[in-house]
Amino acid sequence: MKNRILVCAGTSGLSAGAGEVIEIFKSELKRLNLRGKFNLVKTGDRGLFRDVLVDIITDGKRVTYEHVKPADVKKITESHLVKNTPAAALTAGKSYEEFFANQTRVVLKNCGEIDPENIDEYIGTGGFEALKKAIPLPPEKIIDEIKKSGLRGRGGAGFSTGLKWEFCHKEKSGVKYMVCNADEGDPGAFMDRSILEGDPQSVIEGMIIAGYAIGANEGYIYCRAEYPLAIERLNKALKQAEERGFLGNNILKSDFSFKLSIKKGAGAFVCGEETALLASIEGKRGTPKPRPPFPAQKGLWGKPTVINNVETLANIPHIINNGADWFSAIGSAESKGTKVFALAGKVRNTGLVEIPMGTTIKNLIYGPGGGLKSKRSKLKAVQIGGPSGGCLPETLLSTPIDYKALAKTGAIMGSGGFIVMDEKTCMVDIAKFFLGFTVAESCGKCVPCRIGLKRMYEVLDKITKGRGETRDLDFLKEMCETIKSTALCGLGNTAPNPVLTTLKYFRREYEEHINNRVCDANTCVELVKFEVIEEKCVKCGKCSTSCPVGAIEWEKGRTAEINKEKCIKCMACFAACDFKAIK
Amino acid sequence: MNIDIEKAEKIIKKHAAEKGALIPLLQDMQTEYGYIRADAVKLIAEKLDIPSVEIYEVITFYAQFRTEPPGKHTIKVCQGTACHVMGGKQILNYILTTLKVKENGTTTDGLFSPERVACLGCCGMAPAIMIDNDFYGNCTIQKVDEILDGYRKKTG
Repeated sequence: MKNRILVCAGTSGLSAGAGEVIEIFKSELKRLNLRGKFNLVKTGDRGLFRDVLVDIITDGKRVTYEHVKPADVKKITESHLVKNTPAAALTAGKSYEEFFANQTRVVLKNCGEIDPENIDEYIGTGGFEALKKAIPLPPEKIIDEIKKSGLRGRGGAGFSTGLKWEFCHKEKSGVKYMVCNADEGDPGAFMDRSILEGDPQSVIEGMIIAGYAIGANEGYIYCRAEYPLAIERLNKALKQAEERGFLGNNILKSDFSFKLSIKKGAGAFVCGEETALLASIEGKRGTPKPRPPFPAQKGLWGKPTVINNVETLANIPHIINNGADWFSAIGSAESKGTKVFALAGKVRNTGLVEIPMGTTIKNLIYGPGGGLKSKRSKLKAVQIGGPSGGCLPETLLSTPIDYKALAKTGAIMGSGGFIVMDEKTCMVDIAKFFLGFTVAESCGKCVPCRIGLKRMYEVLDKITKGRGETRDLDFLKEMCETIKSTALCGLGNTAPNPVLTTLKYFRREYEEHINNRVCDANTCVELVKFEVIEEKCVKCGKCSTSCPVGAIEWEKGRTAEINKEKCIKCMACFAACDFKAIK
Repeated sequence: MNIDIEKAEKIIKKHAAEKGALIPLLQDMQTEYGYIRADAVKLIAEKLDIPSVEIYEVITFYAQFRTEPPGKHTIKVCQGTACHVMGGKQILNYILTTLKVKENGTTTDGLFSPERVACLGCCGMAPAIMIDNDFYGNCTIQKVDEILDGYRKKTG
C-alpha cells in the first residue's frame, strides 16, 4: 500500500484552514516529485479540535501533526518526506494521546482515517460486508440480532432499535419508509454531522440493512440545511453506492430494491421529533402529532415508517459484522455499546469522544477531556443532553453514563451534548438560556409548551435581572411538573429538565439572585455593578485598553474608573482583568 | 422589480412532480433570489394550485426562510451552549450594538445582516461566528472589530 498523508477536513478542519493546507501539500508533492509515493487523503474530522490535524503514514508507521498552519507544510515535507525525520516541533503532544487513548471507537472508527468521498476506501475497511451478510438472511433474523444486541436509539429518547424495526416489519403494507434523522438540532451536539462528513457510507449501509429488515423500498435522509458539507458528501456517497449496485434495483442480485434520497431541513429544532420530521418531509409545517398511532404503524404519507438517528444507523453494520454478543459486551448492564459525546466548554480537550456506556462522567472529563482548561478554575457543573437534559453538580461526577443512571439524576442521555462549566457560569442564566431556546423553537401547537414555557422564561428573566421573589421558585417547580406531564411531544416534555435540575442542585444560586441580588458568576449583567474594586486593582490599565467604547478612564499609576454612561456592559473588561478587580 | 418568470418557473417545474415539494422548492427560490419574494409565492400558489396562505404558513414556520432581502454579508452568531458558556451572548450583543442593527435586520449601508443561530457545531472554537461561509472561532470583542473591518475594506 502506498504511503498516506491524511488531512482532517470536515467542517471543523476546513474552518481552521485545512483547504489551504491540502493545496500546499499537493504542490509540495509535485515539487518534490513524490506524487507516486504518497496518497494525499482528505478525510473527515477525527474529533479533536486541534486546528488542522495531519497524519503521515510511512511503511505502516504513523506520525501525527497538530495545529498545522499553511506555513508549516513546507517544514513537514522537507523534513519528513525528504529526510525521513519527523518535524518534531509540530508533532501532536501528550494531550492528543490522552484524548484518543481513552476512547472505544466504533462509529467514529473511520472518521479522520478514510476519504469519505471515495467508496473504495470504505469498502477497503470492510464496508458493505454487513450488507452482503444481511441480504441472504430472512429479515426476522436481522431484527432478532439487533434486538439481542441491546442497541437503543442514540438521538435522545433511547428506544430499542430492534423493537422499532419489529413493529414496522409486522405491519402489513405494500409501501413502507425508512428515514434517517439527521436533523441534529441540539446546541452543542455535532456527532451526527461528523459521521456524515467522515463516514457517510456507514450510515447508508445501516439504512439499506434497516430498509431490508422492515420491508421498505424507499428511504429519506432528513438532514439539517445548516450542514452543507454533510449534504454534499452524502450526495456523492449515494451516487457511488448506486453505481456499485448497493442501492437501486435488485441489490447484490437479490429481489430487494431500495432507493434513497436526501431532504434538507429548513431550520426548526422541533423537526428532530419523529412526527414533526415526517410532516416536514411531506412539505408541511413541522408540528408533532399525538401518538399513537406511532410512525411504525402510520408514518410518512400514512405508511409504516421507521426513523433512526445517524449514530444509531452507523452502529448497524458493526453489529451485523461482529454479532450481537460482541456489541452487548461493550457498555454497562443497562446500556449497550458506545456513545459519542461532544465535549466542550471549560475542558482542556474539546471535540467528539466515543466511550463505552457506563463510563463515569468523571472519567470522561479527566480521561479524554484532560481535565479543566484552566488550573485556576473549579468545576461547577456538567450539562448533559442539551435543552432536554440537565445540569449535574460535582457531587454526581461518579454517575455512570447510561440511560438509567442519568435519568435518575434528572438529566437524560440526549443526543450527546456534554458541556463542562466552571464558577464563571451562572446556573440561573443557563436555565434561562435553555428555556430561551425551547421557547423560540416551540412549534406552538400545544398550550403547555407554547404558553407554559414562555411564562417560565419570564420568571427566570425577572430573577436574572434582580426582580425575583421567593415564591417564584415554587411557581417554577409547579410549572415544570405540569408541562412535563402534559406537553404533546418530547420537546415540551423535556424542556423543563434544565430548570428542574438547576433548582434541585443549585437552589442556593437562585436564592442568591432573589434575596441578595447577586450573581456570583458575574453573568447576569443587570446584577453586575461595573465598578473597579480599589483594593484589588493593580493599576495595570488592561481593562481600559480592552474596552471597545473607551468607557474606562485610566492613566499610569491610577486606579481605573468605569464611566457608566458610556459602558455597554459587554464584559470585555472582566475578561481582561487578571485580578478580579471589577465587580 | 419583477422576478425573472422564466427562472422561477423552471424551479417550480423541477420540483412539481416531487412528493413533499414545497420546502425544497422554497429553498431553491431563496438560493436564487436571496429571499422569498411575494411575487414568487404568488407564482408557486398558481402553479401548484395551493393557497398562498399555506405557503406562508411554511415560510414563517422555518427559520431558514426570509421574506426581506438580506444584507451583503450574513453574520451568523452562534448561541449554542458552548458558545454561551464562553461568552457568545456578549459577542452577539456587541455586534448588534456596534453595527446599530437589530437581530435579523440589515445595517443601513446594506452590508451586514446579523442573526443568531442555535449551534454552528464548532464548540471547540467557542465563541464562534460565521460570516457568509467562513468560520471565525475563539472570538473576542477586539477580534470581531478586526473581522468586521476586514469585510468593510473588502467591500469598500
